[in-house]
Amino acid sequence: MHELAITESILSIAEQSALENQGKKVTDIYLVIGQLSSIVDDSVQFYWDHISQGTVCEGATLHFDRRPAVLRCNTCHHQYPLGEILQPCPNCQSVDIYIEEGEELLVHHIDILKEET
Amino acid sequence: MPQRVEIVKRIMDSNDRLAQNNQALLDQHQIYGINLMASPGAGKTSFILETIKRLPANIKLGVIEGDTAPVTIDADKIVAAGMPAVQINTGGDCHLDANMIEMALAELPLEELELIIVENVGNLICPASFQLGTHANVLIASVPEGDDKPYKYPNIYRGLDVLIINKIDLTPYIDFRMDYFTQGVEMLNPGLKTFPVSAKTGEGFDAWIYWLTEKVKAK
Repeated sequence: MHELAITESILSIAEQSALENQGKKVTDIYLVIGQLSSIVDDSVQFYWDHISQGTVCEGATLHFDRRPAVLRCNTCHHQYPLGEILQPCPNCQSVDIYIEEGEELLVHHIDILKEET
Repeated sequence: MPQRVEIVKRIMDSNDRLAQNNQALLDQHQIYGINLMASPGAGKTSFILETIKRLPANIKLGVIEGDTAPVTIDADKIVAAGMPAVQINTGGDCHLDANMIEMALAELPLEELELIIVENVGNLICPASFQLGTHANVLIASVPEGDDKPYKYPNIYRGLDVLIINKIDLTPYIDFRMDYFTQGVEMLNPGLKTFPVSAKTGEGFDAWIYWLTEKVKAK
């Protein structure tokens, strides 16, 4: 349900960026979303279809670049995916690990149509 | 032809900026702020009430209560314990955000307070994404919820400063593997400050109250 707040934030970032760049219309929005950021794409899309109506972003396509979570072991430096459940290092069983990727939650770029000059 | 505009902006940026303002306001009043998160039924309100009971009398505490429904049950309990409380009704929303805290802070007598505890909405997913501007993110995990929660809800454990393990008086009756639980926590948040307590018996509270008092004094 926090996807509504997330979606409102995406809209506001895209609107502002369009305004700053004399965009007449936003056609595409490219998001980077890490596995660990607990965002449901369908839910964002659902809210987007409603709240973007009547804005410069109406009809813009959302692109979700999903980044899987990648863990690395501090002991043997083995790199492994998070998978469905958090696990110690499969190589040396150490629990001394860190999360290398997967916490992203970004608007990466947008495509706009400019004002006719 | 559409034109590409690079942005690379964190979606939570606007919330985080408001959170920074909240923290500046707390700092200005030398108030230590805590964001208390947990699943429903972990014992957040009982934990706060027990904390109020045991805090040194010279520490004045205010509470911000977040709830999805327009009920003031939790806030009423805090007021009955003699502390100022503000109830935020999120109107069905599953988390508190920095904007709601800004409004709630305006209703508290900040000049009189040394400590503010924000009781977040009971939920292990959504509150994790929203910084409030408090100085410590604290999670209450309770033993009956099971020992697999760090594995299932890694995100909330990542952003914690303190972990409270509540209802430890129930450990003998429940298959809760403390080793398995703490291993999960250690993988996500190495060296996390942890206080095992029982809000019912008061066990473990001395260490928590000592830690909290030191933090408040340092503000």
